[in-house]
Amino acid sequence: MNLAPWSFDLLLAVLLIGLAWRLLASPDLFKAVVLFIVFGLLMTLAWARLDAPDLALAEAAIGAGITGVLLLDAVGHLRRRQRPPEEGP
Amino acid sequence: MRMLRHALTLAAILLLFAALVLAMLDLPMPDTPLAGITQRHLGDSGVSHPVTAVLLNFRAYDTLLEIGVLLLAAFGTLALRMASDETPIPTASNADSVLTGLVHLLVPLMVMLSGYLLWAGSHRPGGAFQAGAVLAAAGLLLRLIGYWRPPLPPSVLMRAGLLLGFLVFLTVVLAAPLSGAVLATYPQAWASELILVIETALTLSIALVLLSLFGAESGAMQR
Repeated sequence: MNLAPWSFDLLLAVLLIGLAWRLLASPDLFKAVVLFIVFGLLMTLAWARLDAPDLALAEAAIGAGITGVLLLDAVGHLRRRQRPPEEGP
Repeated sequence: MRMLRHALTLAAILLLFAALVLAMLDLPMPDTPLAGITQRHLGDSGVSHPVTAVLLNFRAYDTLLEIGVLLLAAFGTLALRMASDETPIPTASNADSVLTGLVHLLVPLMVMLSGYLLWAGSHRPGGAFQAGAVLAAAGLLLRLIGYWRPPLPPSVLMRAGLLLGFLVFLTVVLAAPLSGAVLATYPQAWASELILVIETALTLSIALVLLSLFGAESGAMQR
């Protein structure tokens, strides 16, 4: 029985679940968004392993790319909202 | 007390996971004839990649509605942004010089890659959505260095670009019933050309829609 592809798939699945848990439990929003982008890239690998190259391309571009940058935008927006009370006019 | 709560939560999660795995193993293997049917009619669709054929020909109506949903999202975001206060944008003077140099190299390559993905969609994985996302990323890089950003309120050109993909697609889809055929039937001889025209318009529109979703500027990147 060919063990190598199975071990890679198992590692990928464990990494995905572990990464999801880490990013949901992270108190720092920026770190959580970076982990989310990494999660998107690993999801691309998962789609490629499932023989779905179109889905993998879409996941890389939109899931990891566009959604990741949108979340970074939101984190920056939240940071700016919290900063004015400290800086003053 | 917290340890007990964590242990109970973990036990519940593991139970649910085991139940889902058992349910999934119990499912029968899918043996729908759809893949075979698609392969058989691939020659009539005008492209040689089954996913593109399904997305843009056999189920074109679904893709048309997807583009409509994207357009609605862009409308909502633009309306919300115009109602809120204006935030400062990076100008060319305060942009990072390393980033600017990199963007000078990257953006032409990304535009070329987007064109290739659009063209490759007819015979390999690719197509309008992926090409539009790459183009949107290129536009976002241009915005980050202060070179260009989508004007707010949107200019006439911007509005035309946003609507172009949906309108072209709608025209082609509605042209069939006017000549008596079923909705979204392409004329056989022009199927591949029509798909290419639709995908080109869709690429531009999707890129502009994705660009309109980005409101805040590079404050996020500077932490």
